[in-house]
Amino acid sequence: MTTEFKDIKSTGDGPIIVEGKHADNERLKLESNYLRGTIVEDLADRMTGGFTPDNYQLIRTHGMYQQDDRDIRAERQKQKLEPLHNVMLRARMPGGIITPKQWLAIDKFADDYTSYGSIRLTTRQTFQFHGVLKPNIKLMHQTLNSIGIDGIATAGDVNRNVLCTSNPIESELHQEAYEWAKKISEHLLPKTKAYAEIWLDAEKVETTEHDEPILGKSYLPRKFKTTVVIPPKNDIDVHANDLNFVAIAENGKLIGFNVLVGGGLAMTHGDNSTYPRKADDFGFISIDKTLDVAEAVVTTQRDWGNRVNRKNAKTKYTLDRVGIETFKAEVEKRAGVTFGESRSYEFTSRGDSIGWVEGFDGKNHLTLFVENGRLIDGPDSPIKTGVAEIAKVHKGDFRMTANQNLIVAGVAAEDKANIETLARQYGLIKDETSNQRKNSMACVAFPTCPLAMAEAERYLPGLVTDVEGILAKHKVADEHVILRVTGCPNGCGRAMLAEIGLVGKGPGKYNMYLGGNHAGTRVPKLYKDGVDEAGILTEIDQLVGRWSTERNDNEGFGDFTIRAGIVAEVKVSKRDFHA
Amino acid sequence: MLPGQKNLNQTMLDANQLASLQEAIATYTPLQLAWTSGYLAAKSEGGSVAVLPTATAGASAQAQPTLTILFSSQTGNAKGVAKKLAENAKAAGITVNFKNVSEYKPKSLKSETHLLIVTSTNGEGEPPDDAIEFHEFLASKKAPKLPNLQYSILALGDSSYEFYCQTGKDFDERLKALGATAVTPRVDCDVDYEEDAQSWSANVIDTLKDDLTKSGDAGLAPVVSLSGATEVESQYTKQTPYEAELLVSQKITGRDSAKDVRHVEIDLGESGLTYQVGDALGVWFENSAALVEELIATLKLSADEKVSIKGESFTLSQALTSELEITQTAPAFIEFWASISGDAKLKALAEDKNAAREYAGEHQIVDIVKAAPSDVAAQVFVDALRKITPRLYSIASSQAEVEEEVHLTVGLVSYEENGATRFGGASGFLANDAEEGATVKVFVEHNDNFRLPADGNTPVIMVGPGTGVAPFRAFMQERDASDAEGDNWMFFGDQTFTQDFLYQVEWQGYLKSGLLTKMDVAFSRDQAEKVYVQDRIKENAKEVFEWLERGAHLYICGDANRMAKDVHNTLVDVIATQGGLTPEQAEDYLKSLRSNKRYQKDVY
Repeated sequence: MTTEFKDIKSTGDGPIIVEGKHADNERLKLESNYLRGTIVEDLADRMTGGFTPDNYQLIRTHGMYQQDDRDIRAERQKQKLEPLHNVMLRARMPGGIITPKQWLAIDKFADDYTSYGSIRLTTRQTFQFHGVLKPNIKLMHQTLNSIGIDGIATAGDVNRNVLCTSNPIESELHQEAYEWAKKISEHLLPKTKAYAEIWLDAEKVETTEHDEPILGKSYLPRKFKTTVVIPPKNDIDVHANDLNFVAIAENGKLIGFNVLVGGGLAMTHGDNSTYPRKADDFGFISIDKTLDVAEAVVTTQRDWGNRVNRKNAKTKYTLDRVGIETFKAEVEKRAGVTFGESRSYEFTSRGDSIGWVEGFDGKNHLTLFVENGRLIDGPDSPIKTGVAEIAKVHKGDFRMTANQNLIVAGVAAEDKANIETLARQYGLIKDETSNQRKNSMACVAFPTCPLAMAEAERYLPGLVTDVEGILAKHKVADEHVILRVTGCPNGCGRAMLAEIGLVGKGPGKYNMYLGGNHAGTRVPKLYKDGVDEAGILTEIDQLVGRWSTERNDNEGFGDFTIRAGIVAEVKVSKRDFHA
Repeated sequence: MLPGQKNLNQTMLDANQLASLQEAIATYTPLQLAWTSGYLAAKSEGGSVAVLPTATAGASAQAQPTLTILFSSQTGNAKGVAKKLAENAKAAGITVNFKNVSEYKPKSLKSETHLLIVTSTNGEGEPPDDAIEFHEFLASKKAPKLPNLQYSILALGDSSYEFYCQTGKDFDERLKALGATAVTPRVDCDVDYEEDAQSWSANVIDTLKDDLTKSGDAGLAPVVSLSGATEVESQYTKQTPYEAELLVSQKITGRDSAKDVRHVEIDLGESGLTYQVGDALGVWFENSAALVEELIATLKLSADEKVSIKGESFTLSQALTSELEITQTAPAFIEFWASISGDAKLKALAEDKNAAREYAGEHQIVDIVKAAPSDVAAQVFVDALRKITPRLYSIASSQAEVEEEVHLTVGLVSYEENGATRFGGASGFLANDAEEGATVKVFVEHNDNFRLPADGNTPVIMVGPGTGVAPFRAFMQERDASDAEGDNWMFFGDQTFTQDFLYQVEWQGYLKSGLLTKMDVAFSRDQAEKVYVQDRIKENAKEVFEWLERGAHLYICGDANRMAKDVHNTLVDVIATQGGLTPEQAEDYLKSLRSNKRYQKDVY
């Protein structure tokens, strides 16, 4: 491929192609026979609950991560038992829409075959099963298949689950946008039949390079994330994603998209060549060019992305290396389009409006706040059972949001009272839930995520209670600070677009970032390194104290921290983030 | 000169030969002497003598020394550095033993001469997961003195953490404290470790190169496994047991297991006690203080009351603690207590021998007494009890691997009765009552009917579900240490895969190293239909028969009542089907295996 692009001039700070020995993941993708590897052999191996190293990576492209219960890892080592290996499955649900029938099936599977008995709604606008043992994996995929769900390409070096703004009010526009999310997802999906062969016992069919025209034999250099967003809501956080289609409507009708490329939040502690970065606006395209542009961005990143160093392999680094103009020109060439001038739009919010709204179509929609997205029955709030009970009577559908909440969508006026009664009965509506809690978010982290360096999901609820106390103390109890905790710097909790972002560094220690805004259009900057939980509260107390007395009218916390010079603004990530 | 020596001198060895033999064995421990005599015996019979690489034998001083390179890594950086280091060392002509520290037996440290460690450190200064055990070992009392060890350490870390490179520092400090010498000083590297790592690597190879590339002639030193060696009579017997130290009593079933199985390690110290794989260890125990107290209270007797047993005087409490059996009972006691108490139900039981035996098997003395309370004189009660007897456990280790230790796999016997949990006598003692460091009275019970084949090339099939796994762990250690080339096939079973896979990590290691050829496991409760080891044998019928046909030895250890019978019947089936024989002929086939010592059982 190197010679193919020798005439293209980089306008960034590096070459078009990074030369050197490819990362080991490139070898395993290439040798995997189109994502098959030796997964079937591993499934038959009764000696271990885990997968061999290459398959450990490959199963991600089938929607699964190998994990283990880290709370008991050391205990089991002493018991001469291997870690309690299991898999987490992330389903492919473009736009997060799921029917009550599907919901009841996944609810049952979670009860019968997962060690935690929970359903986890995630920032990828889908659900995850946690704690599925190897002998039950095939059954899991077959169960999902029987209700029209799969786990294809929700992880690994592929285009992952495509997000779409959850906007039940503008029902028609949302429907159109949602259809595009589905079409993009399907267009960019791996075409190999590996998934069906391995998990659904489909007939074996050879895959050739010809069958995988978009992703290629080696797939993408790194994970790739795509969204369809309907302004003014930015609930899906465009700047956390490689490729975003910003819906532009005229008279309530979708006419095209602004295309935003190169967002991404992941970084590596101590490696300044990594940084969270906002996406760049390439301009407007008409609706008929959507799939061409999606494909062109993906194939350009496929060919130009860094396959030598995985830490610099995402689209955001490719853009900075080859230059935005060069990348954009290549996309125009490949897609046969010219980007028009970007249409004006504005993002005003990212959170979900908890409670009832009425859509243009007269249907009612109830957004339920699900703390951490974790649907599990607690002693006082059997919320997982509650959702299942609603699913038994609900005639519309459910929508999982990128903020890890759940919308009971399309409720007829006469059914409203019944749904609300059920939701209250099972603790799914709690009037006392504060704005602060609704605008706080954490990734999964311990005990299941192998990457976690510190607690996140289990830390957040108590932290929010403490922050609520601080807000009350400074007489801003009804307001909120966008607060996000993530157990490692890989970005699942989107802390790198928060007003206060806490990124796990070690047990009980977090790097503290300040300066994001409500709309999610600014990356925060490091404020303090390696702060413990007590230190975090001391800092928040002091900062919120200043904000409540010194701020301008309606000035958000993040805006204030920048105006007051507490942290410098990150305008260009590559230059400013580590400065 | 004594006649015997004269004879030896004149007819067997000349003076020089004798002198050099005496010089050679002057420093040998009793264990090494036993080992050597076996070696010589095997040699004189022209039998094949196993050889061990010097690294594991830890003997020959002339051999080319090996450089052991260990790494522990959380993210893979340390692994990368260590791998490159190993390649460069090999390129410099050095013999390298390169391992992840989790695959390294810490006990081998004492035979190392040159060791390099590349390690990262976790968040708050704790070692990476793969180094936890090694780290613990170095810090423990078990760590040997290492006066002959030269080492160097490369520590990877992140200076923004408080405990920067802590694991590397810990290793350095401990190795120094154990008497080892740092050939080059430890280097601590920050996040940008590449350059520092490279210069450390180059420096350390340069420093060690001359030492490690002297050409020694004997790369391999001949040794023989203890099997077949002349046994040294020990002064410690069932009657005069050795007071050993309990080193470890570690639960090896998971937290959600229905069972509590312990891995027990006992130190035989300077006792000179030796055992062969296949032997059992006799364990004396004391009855639990709580149980003794409960029994005395139930009988409304006084703990201090004097009783006499075979003319010796004890307090009642002492007698019930260490002299008499109270956790196992027999029909005779039911008969006794029926007559003391006049209880109708017990009387009826006592008259039906089978029912009495069954009842006795399921009840301890205290519960029988509680079922029919009655007054009794202390001496009368004591006279009705049996003397306490030691329990035998199949040994789960080989001395070729663990030297002065002996390992057991002990299933804690327990059940609910009268609202209390009753424990087995010895298993309760080892699992609950004896703390690590406590004294355990032990002796070796030899078992020549459960022996590995003398020829290391002979394949073996091992069937050992549950705690029946124990002797096969010993077999594997033995075959590992003696570099036996024969194929090994293990069948293991238990209730659940996640909770009850005894020694799972070790079996995985043996499979990975190739020592274990094949392993089949059956977990009865993991699926709707129950699956047992015999089902796996059946599934592999063709191959099992092939192994037998090419001379495999077959071993069964564990439950005698059901498992051993089921496995036997399955084997008859397999042999009949695969060999085209009638069931009677298949039985004869197994009989002939048994008389050739190729079919051995250790069942209980």
